[in-house]
Amino acid sequence: MPIHIIDRRLNPGGKSLENRQRFLRRAKSLVQGAVKKTSQERDIKDVLEGGEVTIPLDGMHEPRFRREGGTRDMVLPGNKKFIEGDYLQRSGQGSAKDSGPGEGDSEDAFRFVLSRDEFVDLFLDDLELPDLAKRKIAQTESEGIQRAGYTTSGSPANISVSRTVKLALARRIALKRPSKDEIEELEAEIAACTDEDERVELIARLEKLKAKTKRIPFIDPLDIRYRRYEKVPRPVAQAVMFCLMDVSGSMSEHMKDLAKRFYMLLYVFLKRRYKHVEIVFIRHTDRAEEVDEQTFFYGPASGGTLVSSALQAMHEIVRERFNPSDWNIYAAQASDGDNSYSDGELTGLLLTEKILPVCQFFAYLEVGEAGGSAFDLSDSSLWSLYERLRNSGAPLSMRKVSERSEIFPVFHDLFQRRDTAQEKAAP
Amino acid sequence: MTERLFEGADWDFRTLQRITDACEEVALKDLGLDVYPNQIEVITAEQMLDAYSSVGMPLFYKHWSFGKHFAFHEASYRKGLMGLAYEIVINSSPCISYLMEENTATMQTLVIAHAAFGHNHFFKNNYLFKQWTDADGILDYLDFAKNYVMQCEERYGRIEVERTLDAAHALMSHGIDRYPGKKKLDLRAEEKRAGRRRQHEEEVFNDLWRTVPAGKSKSRSTLSIERRRKLLGLPQENLLYFLEKSAPRLAPWQRELLRIVRHIAQYFYPQSQTKVMNEGTATYVHYRIMTKLHEQGRISDGNFLEFLGSHTNVVFQPEFDDPRFSGFNPYALGFAVMQDIERIVTNPEDEDREWFPDIAGKNDVMGVLRDVWANYRDESFIGQFLSPKLMRHFRMFHLHDDPEERAGIRVDAIHDERGFRRVRRELARQHDVGYIDANIEVVDVDLSGDRRLILHHHVIKGSQLNETDAKRVLQHLADLWTYDVALIEVDANDKVLREYVVSPRPIPAAVA
Repeated sequence: MPIHIIDRRLNPGGKSLENRQRFLRRAKSLVQGAVKKTSQERDIKDVLEGGEVTIPLDGMHEPRFRREGGTRDMVLPGNKKFIEGDYLQRSGQGSAKDSGPGEGDSEDAFRFVLSRDEFVDLFLDDLELPDLAKRKIAQTESEGIQRAGYTTSGSPANISVSRTVKLALARRIALKRPSKDEIEELEAEIAACTDEDERVELIARLEKLKAKTKRIPFIDPLDIRYRRYEKVPRPVAQAVMFCLMDVSGSMSEHMKDLAKRFYMLLYVFLKRRYKHVEIVFIRHTDRAEEVDEQTFFYGPASGGTLVSSALQAMHEIVRERFNPSDWNIYAAQASDGDNSYSDGELTGLLLTEKILPVCQFFAYLEVGEAGGSAFDLSDSSLWSLYERLRNSGAPLSMRKVSERSEIFPVFHDLFQRRDTAQEKAAP
Repeated sequence: MTERLFEGADWDFRTLQRITDACEEVALKDLGLDVYPNQIEVITAEQMLDAYSSVGMPLFYKHWSFGKHFAFHEASYRKGLMGLAYEIVINSSPCISYLMEENTATMQTLVIAHAAFGHNHFFKNNYLFKQWTDADGILDYLDFAKNYVMQCEERYGRIEVERTLDAAHALMSHGIDRYPGKKKLDLRAEEKRAGRRRQHEEEVFNDLWRTVPAGKSKSRSTLSIERRRKLLGLPQENLLYFLEKSAPRLAPWQRELLRIVRHIAQYFYPQSQTKVMNEGTATYVHYRIMTKLHEQGRISDGNFLEFLGSHTNVVFQPEFDDPRFSGFNPYALGFAVMQDIERIVTNPEDEDREWFPDIAGKNDVMGVLRDVWANYRDESFIGQFLSPKLMRHFRMFHLHDDPEERAGIRVDAIHDERGFRRVRRELARQHDVGYIDANIEVVDVDLSGDRRLILHHHVIKGSQLNETDAKRVLQHLADLWTYDVALIEVDANDKVLREYVVSPRPIPAAVA
């Protein structure tokens, strides 16, 4: 009997992908809710990791006719001391064994693992960066060069030898240019020839061939081809994200934590869209410095507050390292809103003249103490400055946050597709 | 000494071929097995998870519930809550066995003996499988089903198809013919039939008929109840069959979907009735083959010990007070009974002669076992072949839990002279699907009135339906029936215990 042994391991995987997608689509609102909840609970740096979510079973349940209750009979193994007629005490509820998916941990919850992509997709669903497509991807300023066939004119450096020789060969064959072998053969024949008449005839033929060879050049200017190049717009596939933060004494740990979460979300978002994302951390008191992440969030600092110093630092870094034609520049600033009064004018000027023109997006996040006091007080100096700028048309996004759970809605809000008209409305 | 099949744990495809040939030799010559041609496929863990989510079948139509199962299995596998099976075997001809790639050479030998010969023989010879399944046609039929569902989705929309399939799945456990009907199922003919029907519809389609006013319907009052029930084939316990044939407003493609789900449920029906026997057979066969290979010197002592390790894990039966206990292990029970039969046939004691006069001392072990494998299912198998010795060995006892009884749960019988027969009868009953599944049947349709469909659930031992689930299933049923559906729970004395009435949800007009 023939036995077939088949190696299936190399078959394309993901056979269940379609079913899985159907399941996710069906459970979309539930899963999305679960993802939001999970991402609020967990550390934001793990946000990219995907992972386990729990959704309520309702709607995902597959009902069957099931029986329950009534008198039960069962035969069990392992009797040690019972004899017929004994009575056993009921110990609370009989242990109801779970059965199949769905009835896992608790009756109404269903746990499963989302892949990283699925998680982030759901997480960022329906978010869109403002004017992103229009400003960079579509009318990008960076141009690349790519080969585009051959041309009859060009600089000598671009001559394509192989193509030229090929064309010349074709032309020579077509015009029947005598080959070198043919002439040599004829010459040999002449040398060997004894009959005078025939010899004359052969010489005449040789002359004719030589004349033809002269008439038909080995390489004609007609044959010459040049490699052609053309310029193509190349989308900028890299982004830099500037994190600006006020680290003066008035910023509490809580505020920094809020800011951190916002930065992480922004990072996740950019990571989805660009191959390469760099982060620059600029912290400032009354002077600004570029620092690493650890120092940025946890390093001690003290001093007054000059927002313009951070903007100035950012401007310099952009000029030195991140050419706006090569980089998509994003900036997010977090602050408690304090700024020296005298600094307002300079800040406004730097922002509108230097920073905003090169940025894809500039977000200002005003963080407050837990309890939402920030909303009750009158607007901070920085807030009123930015609001003034925005009202005069600067593309600024700004929000106030005081609770961790508000981060996500704020983020969502910031990046949602909006009409410019709505953008003007204060939060 | 014969040459070793392999050394150590590594294997390649030539090793697999050698192993299969060696197993085949023992299986056919020494055990006299009769198997479908074998097809052995090596798969990865991911592919095994895929297979899990489509009830082990290599191809299946698309449905979200399979995705849900996949997500569930994947989550528990990743967390290490669940190991994967070493193999999956499909009742088809050729008989397909999937082997996991990470199995060692010994494990591959074990699973080839287990699946490709043990299960394979059982599939080919057991009467239930012969009666209810068509091993030659199943893969083609599944292929047809997959394409048909896909076409329906294209023509009528995914949502519509999903709704019908959801409803059909809810009724799947009641879409089975429990008694052999008129003819054997021929899935290839099924596939052709569906094709012809569609073709016919396309040929005779004339949009004009839709515009012809329907005549006045005939008065049905003349139809006596008896005649009406006979015409509809009532009572009918196969709910899917009844809906397919009699639901008034289903589109033809919906009926075909119900038919597909019904056929697939029917295909799996024998498996649920023969879990103990099927696994017992396969375990017994792999044990015999492995032992033989070891005797022949084709498996080294070390590898044989490795085999014994896994074998003991497979047939491990925890006791009732063990935290690992979750009912009888079908592998353990089936294997134990079959080994016991071997003992009774070759070396019976007086007790065995008294209990099993037909087989005791008959000396033809394989003959007796082949007969058992061919002609029994779990319930009858346990009911006839569980010996007193084995009941003593497992120390079985029977508990009777009557909620009315204040004193507690009564020990009704134990493994002693007075209790043997009662324990055995009770254990057999636990394996009888007739007792496990709720007994629900369509009893009447009020054709002259509001077309209400009336179902009865015959309650056994006071065990009623779970309310939330019952309502949901009935909702699905009503959606297919498109009129009210009533389910009445009656006890043995026809006393009504509970009544459900469910109305169909409004359907979007596009369905018809």
